[in-house]
Amino acid sequence: MSAPEKYIAALDQGTTSTRCMLFDHGGHMVSIAQREHRQYFPQPGWVEHDASEIWSIVKRIMPQALADAGADPEDVVALGVTNQRETTVVWDRSTGVPVSRAIVWQDTRSSSVLDRIAATLGAETITRLTGLPLTGYFSGPKLRWLLDGDEHLRMRAERGDLLFGTMDSWITWNLTGGVDGGLHVTDVTNASRTMLMNLETLDWDPELLRALDVPAVMLPQIVPTIGVLGRTVEPLAGIPIGALIGDQQASLFGQTAFDAGDAKCTFGTGSFLLLNTGTEIVRPESGLISTVAHKVENEPTSYALEGSVAVAGGLVQWCRDSLGLIRHTSEIETLAAGVADNGGCYVVPAFSGLFAPLWEPRAQGVIVGLTSYVTKAHIARAVLEASAWQTKDIVEAMNSAGGTPAKSLTVDGGMTADNLLMQLVADVLDIPVVRPMMAETVALGAAYAAGLAAGYWADRDELRRQWHRAAEWQPAMDPVRRKAEYGNWLHAVSLTQGWGRRS
Amino acid sequence: MPGNVQSVERAASMLQLLAEENEPLTLQQIAGALSLAKGTAHGLLRTLVDVGFIEQVHPAGPYRVSAELFRLGVDRLDLNELRARALNWTDALAARTGESTRVAAFRQGHVVVAHHVFSADETRQTLVTGTYVPLHASALGKILLAFDPGAARSIIGQELPSLTYRTVTDRFALQRELAVIRDVGWAAAVEESEPGICSIAASIRDRGGHVVAAVGIEGPVEQLCDERSRPRPGLVTQVVRAGRAISRELGHGRDE
Repeated sequence: MSAPEKYIAALDQGTTSTRCMLFDHGGHMVSIAQREHRQYFPQPGWVEHDASEIWSIVKRIMPQALADAGADPEDVVALGVTNQRETTVVWDRSTGVPVSRAIVWQDTRSSSVLDRIAATLGAETITRLTGLPLTGYFSGPKLRWLLDGDEHLRMRAERGDLLFGTMDSWITWNLTGGVDGGLHVTDVTNASRTMLMNLETLDWDPELLRALDVPAVMLPQIVPTIGVLGRTVEPLAGIPIGALIGDQQASLFGQTAFDAGDAKCTFGTGSFLLLNTGTEIVRPESGLISTVAHKVENEPTSYALEGSVAVAGGLVQWCRDSLGLIRHTSEIETLAAGVADNGGCYVVPAFSGLFAPLWEPRAQGVIVGLTSYVTKAHIARAVLEASAWQTKDIVEAMNSAGGTPAKSLTVDGGMTADNLLMQLVADVLDIPVVRPMMAETVALGAAYAAGLAAGYWADRDELRRQWHRAAEWQPAMDPVRRKAEYGNWLHAVSLTQGWGRRS
Repeated sequence: MPGNVQSVERAASMLQLLAEENEPLTLQQIAGALSLAKGTAHGLLRTLVDVGFIEQVHPAGPYRVSAELFRLGVDRLDLNELRARALNWTDALAARTGESTRVAAFRQGHVVVAHHVFSADETRQTLVTGTYVPLHASALGKILLAFDPGAARSIIGQELPSLTYRTVTDRFALQRELAVIRDVGWAAAVEESEPGICSIAASIRDRGGHVVAAVGIEGPVEQLCDERSRPRPGLVTQVVRAGRAISRELGHGRDE
């Protein structure tokens, strides 16, 4: 009789849903359990999640994923945790209850504290220390907004009653026992998104803590991305936690983009292009971010350049949830395929201001070019085109920063199921677009990282051999049309800035 | 301007009549209620049964509106949604078997490929999403013929074209094979659409248990079959499992 099959689990706490997946030795998905959580939009520009709801979803889906695979906790060699980045949770150390709803990465409220931060430490210095532009996207300014708004809260934080963390910290603290000795940790990839960590020392930086006015006592301990840090207590006991890694860094890892020059673009709620720059920190330009790709204990750190787009699939979700244009997100393709072009309509989803390459927090979304000719099918097409053009903007920024233009684009994420979108991306970039044989590279990357930590996979070469091409889209757009459409797109983008700056 | 087509009006009245009644109605009752000659009513009813809008409780028995009519359009699975739901499982199937993987459904008289994953051999391949595969000569098509009444009806009275020397063109032979497929839950087509090519497929069911699509692999016969041209059992198991997993994704066999 052969030994029972062993698996690696990945917990992917994303912006709209949380999923738990089990992978076998070939890197193939064996089971998946997932559930969406509620999105709160209390004011224009504000986005919140209930961290308690998310933890209760984790408690429910982890056992379900194991049951679907017929696996017991001892069959799971290691767990990798990956998460929506920057989303900020503050909770009470002794009760385990969050003090407020989590402020989500797309939330723009913290742009109001940027002037206060800049008054203490110049924007250029902050970028030099952290690799990040001074904007409200990162968790440090979000935490500052929370503490500045409530004197009592700041007092409790300074007393050491409160803990801060991104979703990786919140989940891990709860997985490892919560109020009964839960580990308060975050990994370097997540910490690199706080604006509180020094990109070179990989530690909290006193100068940054002072500028953002954050008490050190509430911060988690920064740990390497890959390395067993403890075992789970809840909801299943005894599973080693082998990796913590931010979602975009996880998908870079899941694409086996381990070496300098490897890149990927993930189409999820937002879209994120990451280029592995090896062990060198490349100073950001053209609106890009310098960030940690991953770190193994006692090994040199891997860094990445990132182009971040706040709204991609999020726009499709908005069409479903807020407009009722479609019933399921995939129907956007069906609707858009009903027309041959956008009918002159352009949608720029600057819901969270604009991220890369412009970083304009005051920009607001627009739908332009409306005439009686425009139907909902044209709008659906413009919605998909918006994701394609935004990808072009960050690929161009990456090309000018990297020096060598990309010859193809490796993509992943749930939106790669949208063939029309993938064709549009190939068309506007004028390079082939390639999807690997596992679109859910975020979870796969977390599994790979945890599996390496636990010795489930021997080395990275073994993982590279598991990468296969699942689909490829070739560019087919007339160059004259591409140029004209790009001009229209850039004009529409400029309108979001003009509209946002009024008053 | 031409007037209304009388037979369509009459057929519509029949559907209204049958939809309003709780009990199935006999030919006699229907003809009487609509003041039609029995021969005329019978012709219309036969046509409505053929297109699947009404059904007979047993052959030569009374008529009622078919359950399918109520699903018309409303529940029809969007092919793009089908692809999104199937994505993870077809990736896993393609990676495990190394073969090109497809998901297909019956639409407007054709087996339409809704999703395609390249084979893992790293050769140059082109996406075939949106193209058709033959209904009677592919594993995907046979699954739909066996389980999708619309697909089965579409070949009534149609010739089954021969694509290779192994294509099943005899209607009775095909019916016998479909009966076996319904029993075992999977289908194969060995060199029936193209020499040297074999395909294996299984059904995808929705929450209500209806077969809404098929998933399968396709590749060189020497990779998919043993020396005696029989599909390799290990691959069949993988395909059937993928079909079950996608069905579960669509809500089949789930409580919530």
